[in-house]
Amino acid sequence: MQTMSSYEKVQLARSKDRPGIYDYIRTLFDGFIEFHGDRLYRDDPSIVGGIAMFHDIPVTVIGHHKGKTTEEQIAYNFGMTSPEGYRKARRLMVQAEKFGRPVITFIDTPGAYPGMEAESNGQSNAIAENLAFMSAMQTPSIAIITGEGSSGGALALAVSDRVWMLENAVYSILSPEGFASILYKDAKRASEASDAMKLTAQDLKQFGLIDAIIPEGKKMFLALDSMLLRELNRLMKMNKTALVETRYQKFREIDHMND
Amino acid sequence: MLLNDIFSQRKIMWDRMAQKRKRGQEKVKACPKCKTEYYSGEWKENQYICPTCHAYMPVPAKERMANILDENSFKELFPQISTKDPLDFDGYEEKLQSNRKKTGMQDAFLAGSGKINNQKVAIGVLDGRFLMGSMGTAVGEKIVRLTEYAKKKNLPLIIFSASGGARMQEGLFSLMQMAKTAAAIEQFKRKGGLFISCLTNPTTGGVSASYASLGDIILAEPGALICFAGPRVIEQTIGQTLPEGFQRAEFLLEHGMIDCIVERKDFRDTLSSILQMHL
Ligand SMILES: [Zn+2]
Repeated sequence: MQTMSSYEKVQLARSKDRPGIYDYIRTLFDGFIEFHGDRLYRDDPSIVGGIAMFHDIPVTVIGHHKGKTTEEQIAYNFGMTSPEGYRKARRLMVQAEKFGRPVITFIDTPGAYPGMEAESNGQSNAIAENLAFMSAMQTPSIAIITGEGSSGGALALAVSDRVWMLENAVYSILSPEGFASILYKDAKRASEASDAMKLTAQDLKQFGLIDAIIPEGKKMFLALDSMLLRELNRLMKMNKTALVETRYQKFREIDHMND
Repeated sequence: MLLNDIFSQRKIMWDRMAQKRKRGQEKVKACPKCKTEYYSGEWKENQYICPTCHAYMPVPAKERMANILDENSFKELFPQISTKDPLDFDGYEEKLQSNRKKTGMQDAFLAGSGKINNQKVAIGVLDGRFLMGSMGTAVGEKIVRLTEYAKKKNLPLIIFSASGGARMQEGLFSLMQMAKTAAAIEQFKRKGGLFISCLTNPTTGGVSASYASLGDIILAEPGALICFAGPRVIEQTIGQTLPEGFQRAEFLLEHGMIDCIVERKDFRDTLSSILQMHL
């Protein structure tokens, strides 16, 4: 199984041939209606969100949009989100909480957009507010890292009751190139960085930082469908206080220190 | 040269000679901006503000506590917490050891309780000298424990941040500290707690994008760099140089991201005034 190197996985996770957000929406949900905008400034196309039916459950679906062709990638800013995108996501989650809809997020991003406008519009504030809101949201949430889950830009959609990764997805504090340029002062050592960072689904499952790995291949969507149905039913049975408290403890217990 | 200038130059010379007699054994440190040299005791007495050009230097966590809190009121909490190096990252253990030796701290966060004009607070300070004040598992755990302590004891929570962001050497464990600290702060605030977040130079990346941006009230020191993406990363991405003052405290104030800018010497009084209105 483990024949691919970590860096090969990084490259595979970034591949344009992998399913994108609309593929997941089309295959797993019915009647998707896309909603737009943060009601503050603009609609960020790097985040797609809306409501749909999952079996007989109304759900809110939110995900990064990378695009597949070069034109699409430019239009969606390569899946790099600005504050407006995180605020749109939060707006849709506030709405989901109000109407008791579970929130399902699909994560695939090289990270939050490092641009001037993104900074002056409060990139830090937008991400931080998402983390805070998701951590205490009174409705179930499931996050699925489908490709590249990089930095705070990925986490901003992933403070969820369940965090899953596709078999060949990666989840990391920063891109391996960025990591190598900071710690090794040489972005070309990204392959070495990928190993040291322990960013594959298999590494992270072993650490207990994610809850499940979804096998890829022909049966991936079927597996995803049945896992979603099973876990949503479980989570929807919990009372709201217990749901939020369990989620709080889930992240609270992530430690690795001497005491 | 005017007579006055000669006198003032003389005065500076005499002053330096007096300082040398008094502090001969102390280390000398030059201001990075104007290059004037001062003894470590002089830096301390001036709250790490350059007496010549008024540049702000980083304040060691212990000194910050001393500047903000009533005399002898600080009681340290959770001093024993340290990281277990979750990724077994090459060279990290040595880095930790040398930073511990340099700062006398187990990790970058100093937590405790204390009093400001007799009002009790839970207070924490990120020390930028310890691996750039980066947040790994030890820092995240201490912030959460301090927040839970404040919640349990019904105390206002004050945190001074100075950080390069999440600690790279602990990989995804560090990223998760963003979620963990944000979650703790959110619970504290929802229970009615007052969180005052104080941003100092620099507050960036995973610290800026988690608990530090979640203050009920956000204060910042003048000129502090406060951002998610660092200036160098942005310049590389957009291929142009950034304007003067971009991502500085004054810029954030103008863009509505912080409540006010407070001079270092006024911080204690400002905090005290805010606390007075939250009794
Ligand atoms: Zn100076």
